[in-house]
Amino acid sequence: MTIDARFRLQRGDFTLDAELQIPNRGITALFGPSGCGKTTLLRAIAGLEKSNDGYLKVGDQLWQNKDLFVPTHQRPLGYVFQEASLFDHLSVRGNLEYGLKRVPAAEQKVSLEKAIELLDIGPLLKRRSEKLSGGERQRVAIARAIAVSPRILLMDEPLSALDYNRKREIMPYLESLQRQLDIPILYVSHSPDEVTRLADQLVLMDGGQIQATGPVADILTRLDLPLAHYDKAGALIEAVVAGHDEDYHLTYLDFPGGRFSVTHEQLQVGQTVRMRVTARDVSLTLEQQTGTSILNVFPARIEELLPESNARITVRLSAGGIPILSRVTRKSATLLDLKPGKQVYAQIKSVALLS
Amino acid sequence: MNFSDADITALLLTLKLAGLSTLILLLIGTPLAWWLARSRWRLKFLLEGLIALPLVLPPTVLGFYLLIALGPNGAMGGLMEWLGGRPLAFTFTGLVIGSVFYSMPFVVQPLQHAFTAVGRRPMEVAATLGASPLDRFFTVAVPLARSGFLTAAVLGFAHTVGEFGVVLMIGGNIPGETQVLSIAIYDHVEALEYGQAHWLSGGLLLLSFVMLLTVYGLNRRYTGIQP
Repeated sequence: MTIDARFRLQRGDFTLDAELQIPNRGITALFGPSGCGKTTLLRAIAGLEKSNDGYLKVGDQLWQNKDLFVPTHQRPLGYVFQEASLFDHLSVRGNLEYGLKRVPAAEQKVSLEKAIELLDIGPLLKRRSEKLSGGERQRVAIARAIAVSPRILLMDEPLSALDYNRKREIMPYLESLQRQLDIPILYVSHSPDEVTRLADQLVLMDGGQIQATGPVADILTRLDLPLAHYDKAGALIEAVVAGHDEDYHLTYLDFPGGRFSVTHEQLQVGQTVRMRVTARDVSLTLEQQTGTSILNVFPARIEELLPESNARITVRLSAGGIPILSRVTRKSATLLDLKPGKQVYAQIKSVALLS
Repeated sequence: MNFSDADITALLLTLKLAGLSTLILLLIGTPLAWWLARSRWRLKFLLEGLIALPLVLPPTVLGFYLLIALGPNGAMGGLMEWLGGRPLAFTFTGLVIGSVFYSMPFVVQPLQHAFTAVGRRPMEVAATLGASPLDRFFTVAVPLARSGFLTAAVLGFAHTVGEFGVVLMIGGNIPGETQVLSIAIYDHVEALEYGQAHWLSGGLLLLSFVMLLTVYGLNRRYTGIQP
């Protein structure tokens, strides 16, 4: 099952010319700078932006081609706007039921109770929507969108209007949404942190066009793409919890390139976790160091190098097939004679657990 | 008793005229205001100007043209005669038609402003929640624009109650058919019946004030619940 989309549309000076094929599962992030057309693409998929020259098929349903345009209200989708956009004339419950009431009984797969439970908004139901905080409003908006049992959930920067603490409040809900509902999510974002934490696939956009599409771990580390070059660039590694060391208070995490030791975390053995390894925190040695305090050292092969500035170089490594980025000085690269194919050891100073 | 039977008749006729005109204006004005609020048509301002004309035009001028149109030689009057009816000048129907034109801006403008304030977003949200265009108009746009409807209804009604020049031109002064309150007051003053004129004028003053208080009071409550 895939989502096939092709749109060409003109809005003033801006042209969206996007062709897209993504798997119809997991979280796919549309990522790019402001004004790159990601919101327009999302709106076109929802049928909120009309284009004469468009094609859209979601799974086995054709939503648009040159002879057909299914209007938004007949597309089985959920849409979360940047601002919660709750109906102020309705209570929280009224907002949640608005979409639900309009879904034929046979199509109802997500119950109101489930939506309420997932977003934890039970205590808010009787409140007027104007009385809610920003984070609460957005949670209600998300619950309202999933209560229509959508075939696909479209989210347009649902966190961008919120401050840091509100973002942290909502992130876990988004993660559990995906795990529990099995509804594909298309998520617009311009925040690398959000994308790294949430997305499975990444669609990179710029200037109304699609630059690249692929698994998030690949796109983050491709040196021909911008994400590998921003200041906090880094790799995304999925690992399985292998066990805990009660003595030293550590948790062991296995990935194809080896075993990470991190300070103890409350995690189930066998659970999959996401880690972020920032390029600046990865240093390279030619031989395995002894007498170092760094625990996480993995053999790796250099795949590619690209200068960042006159002083710095970004190196893409492969550790057991998993891409890792390292940022070193040009001087070190020369001294160590770093080049593609060379075997090195990657010393990882710190890891951030994302989930 | 300070009201004569003729005064009571004029009062009832006025209320009937204002009520009917307001109803018709809401029916015509709602889709018109919605269209004006949403359309991006380049020449929209022409229509907006036309609707606003009664705000600045002397009522007698409007009345004069309506009289011509509604009379036996006018377009509408002629049509009525051709259909086997009688011309509309100096009839209650003629007054209703005149009032609809005369009070149009007082209904259309508040509605247009209210619909503009609602914006596109709530309608888009409703569409993504499965509501058809008509469905979302009645379940989202109308409730969100409720204060606009209240303002439109009260202003349309009050303005029709107060009309004088248009009525005099196209309705004349036929008791029970076209003699409305404002004309009755004028008659009393002409006949130097100041006492009766006082009672009617005072009544109208009070009615108008109460209606406006209702609008401002309720609108304050509606907007008061916003953050």
